Amino acid sequence: MKWDTCDASVQYLLHLGDDALILGHRLSEWCGHGPILEEDIALSNLALDLVGLARQYYQLAAQRIGNGMTEDRIAYWRSDREFRNHVLVEQPNGDFGDTMARQFYFDAFHFLQLEALQHSSDIELAAIARKAIKETTYHAQHSSEWVVRLGDGTDESRARITASLAKFWPFTSELFEPSSVDRAAHAAGWGPDVASLRGPWLDLVQEVLEQAELQLPEGHAKLLRGKSGIHSESLGFLLAEMQSLPRAYPDATW
Amino acid sequence: MAPSIDMEARFLDYVSAENKVEPKDWMPDAYRKTLVRQISQHAHSEIVGMLPEANWITRAPSLRAKLILLAKVQDEAGHGLYLYSSAETLGTSRDQMIDDLHTGKAKYSSIFNYPTLTWADMGAVGWLVDGAAIQNQVMLCRTSYGPYSRAMVRICKEESFHQRQGYEIMMHLARGTKEQKAMAQDALNRWWWPSLMMFGPSDDQSPNSAQSMAWRIKRKSNDELRQEFVDKTVPQAEFLGLTLPDPDLKWNEERGHYDFGPIDWAEFFAVVAGNGPCNTERLEARRSAHAEGTWVREAATAYAAKQAARRAATAPTAKASAA
Repeated sequence: MKWDTCDASVQYLLHLGDDALILGHRLSEWCGHGPILEEDIALSNLALDLVGLARQYYQLAAQRIGNGMTEDRIAYWRSDREFRNHVLVEQPNGDFGDTMARQFYFDAFHFLQLEALQHSSDIELAAIARKAIKETTYHAQHSSEWVVRLGDGTDESRARITASLAKFWPFTSELFEPSSVDRAAHAAGWGPDVASLRGPWLDLVQEVLEQAELQLPEGHAKLLRGKSGIHSESLGFLLAEMQSLPRAYPDATW
Repeated sequence: MAPSIDMEARFLDYVSAENKVEPKDWMPDAYRKTLVRQISQHAHSEIVGMLPEANWITRAPSLRAKLILLAKVQDEAGHGLYLYSSAETLGTSRDQMIDDLHTGKAKYSSIFNYPTLTWADMGAVGWLVDGAAIQNQVMLCRTSYGPYSRAMVRICKEESFHQRQGYEIMMHLARGTKEQKAMAQDALNRWWWPSLMMFGPSDDQSPNSAQSMAWRIKRKSNDELRQEFVDKTVPQAEFLGLTLPDPDLKWNEERGHYDFGPIDWAEFFAVVAGNGPCNTERLEARRSAHAEGTWVREAATAYAAKQAARRAATAPTAKASAA
């Protein structure tokens, strides 16, 4: 299967699905290890929503590819060079502050992205977005509340969340740099011009940081090309773990 | 004032008549203590029990299996919450109970001190471990302490989904490739005996059983529950085409039950004493999650206090009326 030459709408679905799967997978790593029981449940919820969303995108992609393609082939049989997620979402969990900072940046972007996708000219994609935006609104509320709580909590929590927000800041630029697939999707009316989401995203982020009396981080944009399949070193390990069983037993079905 | 013999006798009559005890009712101190011990132990088992299964969430072999397993482990966190809340109605805080777990004062089910080595263990744990737990929990839906009994009703509904999830995994494996079937048999071999041990020692060696039965906390003996579990599980194993690792297992026409071989109680007591394969790792994982989360909990508490202070400062009408 040549993933990078398949139908543009399929490539766009893979990009959207990969963000959801990889971030959902990272969040699922928290299960059983959260700072408090209620948060274990909340992080698992986020993971369930995101992996569930990935399945919807992949199922639609599989249907469009045809030839017996399945969601699991898409998830388990592509290499890291064939994944199209943003580099931000594959970053290791770190501490709870890191996880919340990563989530906060992504949730604000994801919310704006889905808001636009609800009006996609691809009606099947629009239907997925309409359902997902309800969950994502809750995700954004959850991560924003934690940024405020940690920012306005103790001296230690303030120092930690400040450092976490600064750490992931350079990864956010990729969200707004259109890849060739983003451009094709925008031209076809399937999805937004991601560059145009930067302004509204900054507004959302700034509003929450002000509540927490935190400064918008400074720092240069990293040179990132996750959407073109050039990832950080951590994705390979994530996939090696995630894909291990189907690849060890290629004849098996589960 | 010490409770009179009369009060204890009246309490016994009350529970014997199948009445539920509620948090504000009078109860013997020993009844309260037994319940706190049992419910907190049960809550800890849910929380520690998340670990062996969480071990496979990131390696689930299909997206569907990943979601189901994640949802299942999340349910266990929820069960832990109901149970801690129901134990709190007896006057012990969640923090205290968690401290007791971390210092080794409180126990949790020993079954979670065994490792989950292959994907088939997700099947065997769901089928056998949750199956054995249900056997016990169905009984506890009728326990005499109201909040515990109501928590168990909710938990039982979800547990039966867990057991079906485990059995479904076993079914896929048992009908799969040669390697998958071998994986299923291996998991069954490793989990069968520890699952039988989950019901606890035989009745004559179980010190608290008689009193718990009299108080209607427990409704059936360990041996009765174990027998029910064996009788229910043998045909399920046959249906899968897998062999239970017990040469003495056979149907006893006269008793109307399956006979089974002797349980290795030395192994059970070794694991209870802390020498199971994963006791150290499980407790360490809980301790470190708690320790690493300290700053987060402190931040949440500090923030809540600041918010409350701000609300008080901006509520002049309340102040005025108080003055």
